[in-house]
Amino acid sequence: MSTYFTKEHEWVKVKEGIGAVGISEHAAHELGDVTFVELPKMDKIVKQFEVLGSIESVKAASDIYAPISGKVVKVNEALNNTPEIVNESAEDAGWMAWIEIADESELKNLMTSEQYEEFLKTL
Amino acid sequence: MWAPFALGKQKAGQAKACPYHITDLENAMNNSHYCPHSPEEISEMLAAIGVSGIEELFAPIPPELRAKTFNIPPGMSEFETYARMQAIVADNSSAMLNFIGGGFYDHVIPAVVDHLSGRSEFYTAYTPYQPECSQGTLQALFEYQTAICRLTGMDVSNASLYDGATACAEAAMMGLRVTGRNRIVVDGCLNPFSRQVLKTYLFNLKVEVVEIAPLDGTLNREELAKVLDDSVAAVLVQNPNFFGCVEDFSAIADQVHAVGALLVASVYPISLGLLKSPAEMGADIAVGDGQSLGNPLSFGGPSFGFITAKKALIRNMPGRIIGETIDKQGRRGYVLTLQAREQHIKRHKATSNICSNQGLYALRGLIFLSSIGRQGMVEMAALNRDKAEYAKAQLADIPGVTVLQSAPTFNEFTVFLPRPAAGVVADLLKLGIAAGVPLGDYYDDSANALVVTVTEKRTRKEIDHFAKELEAALCN
Repeated sequence: MSTYFTKEHEWVKVKEGIGAVGISEHAAHELGDVTFVELPKMDKIVKQFEVLGSIESVKAASDIYAPISGKVVKVNEALNNTPEIVNESAEDAGWMAWIEIADESELKNLMTSEQYEEFLKTL
Repeated sequence: MWAPFALGKQKAGQAKACPYHITDLENAMNNSHYCPHSPEEISEMLAAIGVSGIEELFAPIPPELRAKTFNIPPGMSEFETYARMQAIVADNSSAMLNFIGGGFYDHVIPAVVDHLSGRSEFYTAYTPYQPECSQGTLQALFEYQTAICRLTGMDVSNASLYDGATACAEAAMMGLRVTGRNRIVVDGCLNPFSRQVLKTYLFNLKVEVVEIAPLDGTLNREELAKVLDDSVAAVLVQNPNFFGCVEDFSAIADQVHAVGALLVASVYPISLGLLKSPAEMGADIAVGDGQSLGNPLSFGGPSFGFITAKKALIRNMPGRIIGETIDKQGRRGYVLTLQAREQHIKRHKATSNICSNQGLYALRGLIFLSSIGRQGMVEMAALNRDKAEYAKAQLADIPGVTVLQSAPTFNEFTVFLPRPAAGVVADLLKLGIAAGVPLGDYYDDSANALVVTVTEKRTRKEIDHFAKELEAALCN
């Protein structure tokens, strides 16, 4: 399973046409304690780099952008009551939604893990 | 020592004891500008930033965009200003017998409201920029939120908005945000001022506003059913409505929810002592104007608006919300909460860009509700209803006058006169009676319709007097 990253610090892990989406550990650390995650609605059709949901922390409120186009087929309901999962496990249990990928060729617009590591060094 | 009464005994040229020249004083007063700076200070400031004069300072603004004149009269002394203001106030009719409602009502205001809200801790403070420093203000607003929630039955309230009309518009905006849809359906029985403000708010957004024409002064439910579909974000209704009619919107709530839209109910707080609450009807958002809660009638304001909602919608609420918490040492404290909705954090994506509230008027509303109390609200509402029913019967007895009977009413009802209501109102004004709101300005074919309001303040004698004078006016 490959993981790809956006410049806005979202990740997408792709398996069998489905992309699991969340925010990176770097982003979770920068946000500080997460207090609320606004999840997308089920069946929402999103386009790559358009707003998927939003996240609030004690410091800020930010939008979450879709790393890939497609349809939302699952959302992480656990985040409704325990948004702190995002801080504890940003790139695993803190996933936000599953997107049924419309066009896998869009992955070329994203960074690999290595490229993202390099990108973080430039910030 | 200056001995003013010794002037007559002095010889010419000896009146030097006066500490100032009277002409200088006059000049100073007459020329006291609307600008707080002296010419010397202005030159100093201009020099400090390296600009030669006012003309150069404003040079970047194209001449055609500059004010040609401010068209303001010369300054006045304190004494002159006071006299002028008194003369203006004297033009008000203070003894008018008031039967006007239409959104603003003549209710009793217990003395404690003026007394407590006039305390300088409340009266002089503007929204604190470090809000948690003002624990007293925050506690008062927190208690206000509690009182408004108890009154409406809703889960959450913000710390108030400007007025009832903007509260309606903010509720519609909430509907748009929550549903992601772009149609708003408005009952034509909603106060026309609220409808106008709503249209102004939505003017530049890609939102369609559908108005449903009233049916006998009530919501046209068939028409509503026709326009309801999954493109509708919110449906706005009012209870009692602009015609005074009381309706139960419970069934409407089910229909609205069936298409995934929100029901917004605008309510008249005094009526809630008697009527089914918006929460009981299933409204998602309840709004209203707080003028009737301890705020005087003064040419349309100032007042406050309230907005309440179901808990699930709290993150889409506009404005400030006060929360209760404990500090490090376990002591109770008040804070601004859920600020991520607000413009200083979420910028252009904030839930509202008018996040100020009407703290002082909301405070008056709180003091009013606290002093009247739960049982008092019930009794007050009953008095309003009973007196209005009495007035309704008296007016219905006048030959040529009929009363709109399509629905029960609270303290306001519509009558049809044998001639245009505006003329009748003008005639009665000359007799010191403010008869009501003529509907002709707001609805087609309604020139003869008049909305009459009777609050707890009107006595039987006053109502009888009104009925007698109305009958006389109609005979002429």
